[in-house]
Amino acid sequence: MMLIQIIRKFNLLILTLFVLSVLSFSLVYLFPGDPLVNLTGIKYTSDETHQYLTELHGFDHSYIYQYWVYLNNLVEGQWGLSFSSDNPLWEEISQTLPASMELSAYALLFSLLIGVPLGFLAGFQHYKTSDYSLLAASVIGYSTPVFWLSLIMILVFSLQLGWFPLSGRISLLFDIPHQTGFMFIDIFLSDFEFKNDAARSALQHLILPTLSLTIVTASIIFRITRRSVIDVMASQYILTAYTRGLSGLQVVFRHGVRNALIPIIPLFGMQFAVLLTNAMIVEVIFSWPGIGNWLIQAIYQRDYPAIRAGMLAVSTIVIILTVCTDLFAKLLNPALTGERRAQI
Amino acid sequence: MHFKNANRFLRSTFAAFSAVIALSLSGCFDKTTETSPVTGVIYCSEGNPTSFNPQLDTSSTTSDASSHQIYDRLLNFDPQSGKIVPALASSWLISQDGLTYTFQLRRGVKFHDTEYFSPSRTFNADDVIFSIERWRVPTHPYHYVSGGNYPYFTSIGLIDLISKVKRINGYRVEITLSRPDSSFLANLATDFAVILSAEYAQKLTQSKQKERIDNYPIGTGPFKFVEYKKDHYIRYKKHQDYWQHENAPEKLIFDITTTSSLRLAKLMTGECDAIAFPAHSELDTIREREDLTLDGRPGLNVGFWAFNTSKYPFNNPKVRRALAMAIDKNTLLEAVYYGSAVSAKSLLPESSWAYQSDISETNYNPVLSRKLLRESGIDEGFTMNIWAMPVERAYNPNARKMAELMQNYLIQVGIQVNIVSYEWTTFREKLKEGQHDSVLIGWSADNGDPDNFYRPLLSCSAIESGTNRAMWCSDEYDSLINQALQYSEIEQRIEYYKLANKLLAEQMPLLPLAHAYRYRAHRRELNGLVINPFGAIRFGDVDKQ
Repeated sequence: MMLIQIIRKFNLLILTLFVLSVLSFSLVYLFPGDPLVNLTGIKYTSDETHQYLTELHGFDHSYIYQYWVYLNNLVEGQWGLSFSSDNPLWEEISQTLPASMELSAYALLFSLLIGVPLGFLAGFQHYKTSDYSLLAASVIGYSTPVFWLSLIMILVFSLQLGWFPLSGRISLLFDIPHQTGFMFIDIFLSDFEFKNDAARSALQHLILPTLSLTIVTASIIFRITRRSVIDVMASQYILTAYTRGLSGLQVVFRHGVRNALIPIIPLFGMQFAVLLTNAMIVEVIFSWPGIGNWLIQAIYQRDYPAIRAGMLAVSTIVIILTVCTDLFAKLLNPALTGERRAQI
Repeated sequence: MHFKNANRFLRSTFAAFSAVIALSLSGCFDKTTETSPVTGVIYCSEGNPTSFNPQLDTSSTTSDASSHQIYDRLLNFDPQSGKIVPALASSWLISQDGLTYTFQLRRGVKFHDTEYFSPSRTFNADDVIFSIERWRVPTHPYHYVSGGNYPYFTSIGLIDLISKVKRINGYRVEITLSRPDSSFLANLATDFAVILSAEYAQKLTQSKQKERIDNYPIGTGPFKFVEYKKDHYIRYKKHQDYWQHENAPEKLIFDITTTSSLRLAKLMTGECDAIAFPAHSELDTIREREDLTLDGRPGLNVGFWAFNTSKYPFNNPKVRRALAMAIDKNTLLEAVYYGSAVSAKSLLPESSWAYQSDISETNYNPVLSRKLLRESGIDEGFTMNIWAMPVERAYNPNARKMAELMQNYLIQVGIQVNIVSYEWTTFREKLKEGQHDSVLIGWSADNGDPDNFYRPLLSCSAIESGTNRAMWCSDEYDSLINQALQYSEIEQRIEYYKLANKLLAEQMPLLPLAHAYRYRAHRRELNGLVINPFGAIRFGDVDKQ
């Protein structure tokens, strides 16, 4: 039974990725200009090179064959060149995407650390003042536009108080070589003399963007947790546990926490996709060298190969994560239906 | 009531949890300006350089990033007095007839030793010859590397002026001119006349990587190139064997920040030590802050509105004059420059020795403008475009806003305006192709000579090199500015420039708008950053406390 679930999810993944790749391939033709230029990113070519590229990418064959070549190139990491920098897109994306993932991961971690305990607190005390005030705060956090929040953060913490820097991942004075793309790991791996200073600088740069993202996501996670706790604590087996004479603490820890968390853990994973989208906005404001910032630049500079590849990379990540969490949800709790999971 | 214990427990965990968060955050509450063992200067620049060779580009972004950081010239301008002082040439001799210039070169000047090149010899005559012949001689093996376009030298006609560059011995070079030119030495001291390494070029030829010469530069300047990441940063390292002094900072970083308000914000938080082009609206904020310093000097620049004279109906001088009359310059000055600029009567600012004070200015006259337009067959509802440059420059800090204001003025004379803008590199490419109807742009002079305004902006040869935004070519004008160069007496030259001014007022290929002050803001702890009125920024003498 489980195996069938896995296979079904896997099929869904493959199918969606297929549709995505077709879409990105059609962009080559839909963007203005020469499709071959849009595909390769090589702008000024002699006739011989043009001929060579035409053959290399199968442009003298049918669309189907061209797509097949395109697919092979995608798998091999031959994504073409960027118009604006002339660098391979694969290389550029593998440098910017980890920066976005890093930011989103820390933000998710903090959102869980803040959202879950507060959700439990409000859930246990529901319909009391503390619950109402937390709920009100979460509505504010939930409905605040993330770009506005980021700007306010900069205004208060960078410009007024001068506590945190407002741009980038690390002070440019620290020249940390790119290895994994994850800043702290790179600092650790580098043979840089002042690792502590570099790490502190990276931490300072991380706080404001993470906080901006965290406030929104933590509000959502808080609401999910609170709802689940309220439901669980009102259920029959909790009442039964009390009647069996267990103390409040025992009930909460033996029956409450676990049962409240299991149905909602997969929902947290799904927040990652929303988070990544928000992160792309935050990146632009904090000049964070991530994929969002990079894509905006690409759009502004009409860098068609970069727009195509960036779109493909981001949507692939989002789809893989969504399908994985979905699968994880099924594995954890096969009884759950789709309707139940969609609740917030 | 069942939850009582649970609540107490949760409350205490929550309290502990918030304490942990607060503690971990408070560790980071140090000022960002705190001294770090890693020292260096960070400059927030306004855009991407097109390459690291200023010979190839007149944009100040390119020369800021390379000219005085990576390279040296034979001669320099003293930024205070504007006099020409020795640099790589320790002395020079001019023949009686003004045609032959002999330069004695400095000995023992070391080129950069980097990961991609290790020099085996010091600077000598071969490097000078290589650097000049590259842009001068079309058959030179490096002439067409990186496009073969040398806009500055083409626009001022230096390519035709020099007839021969000769090596006398290892440390002596003789340059022969085809006619006397009083601005020749000044042109050798500009940001663009940099000295490249002939040995490096030779090595690149052998490894078949010629195009690297402009992107992985080697020079003799105070900083070595380390890394460039487009839209992000340029890293430089101190050149330990710099011939002039050892005071340069260990590291120099250009943090590429295109938004002016963001540059100011970074300056305030200490993420930058100095910023390029503070917006005129931000000057008061900078003046108010004690940790920041604002330097301002009247600049050698002009902001203008150029008409594409190769296109109908802008090929008609009457139409151009009518359009010029439709604009109220004084309002533009207030709204865009916030009063830190003076209205431009001609191409030259007041600080130039050839400035003509009795020149007649076009006055704001929408009624006459409307009449002239109708007479020239421009009907009500005619649509034109104004290209507004996407970057801030001293001569035009906010071209877009200016274009919007002009939109309102032009609608009053029955002309619809579309505002067009692209990313800066694309913008200039398309301008050079002449795709615009009119453009808001300007010019910063590279040396104090008036020829540096008249020739690059409106001469015929400047169309090809892409600095003549009006696409305007007049034989009469060209002959006037050529004759002016025949004389070394200032009075005689002025007479010719007066005639040229008169011609420009009649023809109106462009409407001069403003001469702006040049500003640069930096943090108080940064010393020695001098505004160079003759071009690019210099970080070699800067020191940070």
